[in-house]
Amino acid sequence: MTPVYKLSANSVKNGRTVYGSMLAGNTAFELPGDFQSIATVSVGSGGAANVEFTSIPTTGYSHLEVRFIARTNRADTIDDMFVQVGNGSVDTGSNYAAHRLYGTGASVGAGSAINKTQMEWYNQFTANNSPASTFGCGSFQILDYANANKYKTGRILGGSDQNGEGYVEYHSGLWRSTSAITNIKITANGSFRQYSHFALYGIKSA
Amino acid sequence: MAITYEPIATTTLSSAAASVTFSSISGSYTDLVLVSNWTVSTQNNLLMTFNSDTGSNYSETVLLGDGSSATSSRQTSATSIRVGFAGSASSKVINIINIQNYSNATTYKTTVYRWNSEEYVSARVGLWRNTSAITSIVLTASTGNIASGSTFSLYGIKSA
Repeated sequence: MTPVYKLSANSVKNGRTVYGSMLAGNTAFELPGDFQSIATVSVGSGGAANVEFTSIPTTGYSHLEVRFIARTNRADTIDDMFVQVGNGSVDTGSNYAAHRLYGTGASVGAGSAINKTQMEWYNQFTANNSPASTFGCGSFQILDYANANKYKTGRILGGSDQNGEGYVEYHSGLWRSTSAITNIKITANGSFRQYSHFALYGIKSA
Repeated sequence: MAITYEPIATTTLSSAAASVTFSSISGSYTDLVLVSNWTVSTQNNLLMTFNSDTGSNYSETVLLGDGSSATSSRQTSATSIRVGFAGSASSKVINIINIQNYSNATTYKTTVYRWNSEEYVSARVGLWRNTSAITSIVLTASTGNIASGSTFSLYGIKSA
């Protein structure tokens, strides 16, 4: 990093001060690291029909990660995550696919959902009939999200445990487009309830 | 821009110990990530508890592969969450435990984690039925000790 020199009226006498950054000396300044927060949505008391991240920068990061806890108002004990992505707006065409491996607490299974209008990542959230205060949780990554030569792939590990019911779900996802991703929209069968929380991060590479 | 993902504490055991504790965890992050690489003195589970709560307030849903078959199971109203299993005294286990929104005072705390050993691969979701912010984590061998040289690193992630 090119050093920054600070000169003052006393520099001839006392010499210059050298900083590693123009912002150094500001007590709030810290080097940001390579895993950076881009945006966060915390659902308020009115709930939210969906969560959307827009204007995601296509430079500066190599990968995206979304970390979440969430509960919906669906009249059930579980709900699914549906993810659409796009450039400028989300793609609503039948350009998505997903494969899954999952456990119910009693059995294992696998499945797929292809040529869909969204990535269908099942059983990620708790819902209205779940025990109070329980939330589904997990994280998903979209790799090389800004590369203009590749279809975009993602993966998620998440689910919920409700002390007697629950799912652990491991999915892959595909968006058949080479466009850079600037938008991510997350929905469920129900609306998201208060205290649901989605945080988007960017991961840098060398 | 502040640091988003930063190390909080690391413990490397210089001698065998029954447990490892992270205490006085700051509430200034959004999520915690606990990364470990450990062995044990005898075949056993590694158990995780929060805030010194040893009541029957934990549960988990399990997906497990042993190289020949996949199974799913659960434990309910347990006194801890099982975050890894060593099939033998020499088995090395690695795990990454995500503890989401650990510091809010309104939701039960959920974890999603995966671990791998020489014998197994597993992904799990765990629950602690308590709305308190998590300020301490204890990892305990179900029997015997955690071996010397085992490492445990705790990280914090801040969202915007």
